[in-house]
Amino acid sequence: MITLTDVHKSFGAKQILRGVNLTVERGESCVIIGGSGTGKSVMLKCILGLVTPDRGTITVDGEEVSASGDRDAFLARFGMLFQGAALFDSLQVWQNVAFRLLRGSLKRPRHEAREIAIEKLRRVGLSPDVADQFPAELSGGMQKRVGLARAIAADPEIIFFDEPTTGLDPIMAGVINELIREIVVEMGATALTITHDMTSVRAIADKVAMLHGGKIRWHGPVAEMDTANDPYLTQFITGSAHGPIETVR
Amino acid sequence: MSTTRAANPILHLLARLGAAVLGTFAAVGRLTLFTLSTFRHILTPPFYSREFFHALMNVGYLSLPVVGLTALFTGGALALQIYAGGARFSAEQVVPQIVALGVVRELGPVMVGLMMAARVTSSIAAEIATMKVTEQIDALVTLSTHPMKYLTAPRVLAGLLTVPFLVAVGDTVGVFGGWFVAIKSLDFNSATYLKNTIDFLEMPDIVSSLVKGAAFGVIATLMGCYFGMNSGRGAQGVGQATKSSVVAAAVLILAANFLLTQAFFAA
Repeated sequence: MITLTDVHKSFGAKQILRGVNLTVERGESCVIIGGSGTGKSVMLKCILGLVTPDRGTITVDGEEVSASGDRDAFLARFGMLFQGAALFDSLQVWQNVAFRLLRGSLKRPRHEAREIAIEKLRRVGLSPDVADQFPAELSGGMQKRVGLARAIAADPEIIFFDEPTTGLDPIMAGVINELIREIVVEMGATALTITHDMTSVRAIADKVAMLHGGKIRWHGPVAEMDTANDPYLTQFITGSAHGPIETVR
Repeated sequence: MSTTRAANPILHLLARLGAAVLGTFAAVGRLTLFTLSTFRHILTPPFYSREFFHALMNVGYLSLPVVGLTALFTGGALALQIYAGGARFSAEQVVPQIVALGVVRELGPVMVGLMMAARVTSSIAAEIATMKVTEQIDALVTLSTHPMKYLTAPRVLAGLLTVPFLVAVGDTVGVFGGWFVAIKSLDFNSATYLKNTIDFLEMPDIVSSLVKGAAFGVIATLMGCYFGMNSGRGAQGVGQATKSSVVAAAVLILAANFLLTQAFFAA
């Protein structure tokens, strides 16, 4: 279970998070929605310890993130798909996927790591011949799939997806959404996804949380999202230019 | 604010000067901490041998052509200059000694250092800065890998170990360039030229050259890593980081050259 309590974060004079409170239950798929620049990625990076909150506490299964002694063991529980896939250009696709399995506490023999990588690539719909290519040789959709394979390579308990469908055509976005849903259910993992894509929200989420003004504005089951009596949420999910959320035109 | 400025122009000037001084101290502090952290990661496990080998190839082996060519032309030009200058007071025969001394003590290490700044510092800074803006550094962290250990430590260690070899090659090729010009254009006897060169050089000359190489190797790689890791966002951030890294490396190499020359030969 991931719990954020009164989390604040500023960058200089700009206050991004102003007291975020959120609980994501074990095995739940929670999607965070909200406008650009509302701090969704910052929140995710706070949970991973990539960014240190100014105030508040974040716990994962009761253990406080900032106090976690063994960072390796803590991070080994997570997998993350980055917005631009963030694949390492200098490494072949299979080495990207098996990165965690080639070094550190989860190190396996090279041939075994390669076999696992190829299996994970197959799981995300990529053929084994992709394994020896370099990321720059792949399309955006294929890179996302490789990023997804890397995120699940070490069978993590918690997976983060940062804008998984951004920059993809609708069909490829649908494929990625389906893959995410299947993998999360299959692995029984806790998933936290950031997206603007409402099709993704409906495909991936058990619960939805809307971040606005540095706080969680609405949090509830995806089935209740459309009937929720919250003008901010309604404006966001309908994509209306008119409503309480300020738009710059 | 503008009223205060108008009323106290001297105070405003002092405030700006103070901010600049504090900024400089802060930058020096950050760089010092970065350097200490780099050496801590070099000395403590885990060690990434594959990344170290790649860095050895990139910093050392692949720099050989540019180092060799630079040294060859510099040695040749130096021989011509010394011959022409020496002729003004009938001292043309000192060409072998001055070329050897000039190349080994100064031009060899400095030229190699500046070539490292141009070739290696820029490529390291651009690569790491691009990794930063494309979230590859964040990805490393989420994959339980410390970026300093994976990216910085292997590169700086490679700079420390390979640049002295490059300097040795540069010195040798530079002296050879002078010898070639001397026997082909200046009518020197080959055996005499080489004998004079060998007899004149002393061990401290060679040691100082190699020590300078090690220092310049660390500076060149460290600046690339530091500015890459601290780059701003987007293409402009990458460009700025690359430019700043090369300028900082070149200036620090020349400053370190002065300090090391003073340490070795000032007495």
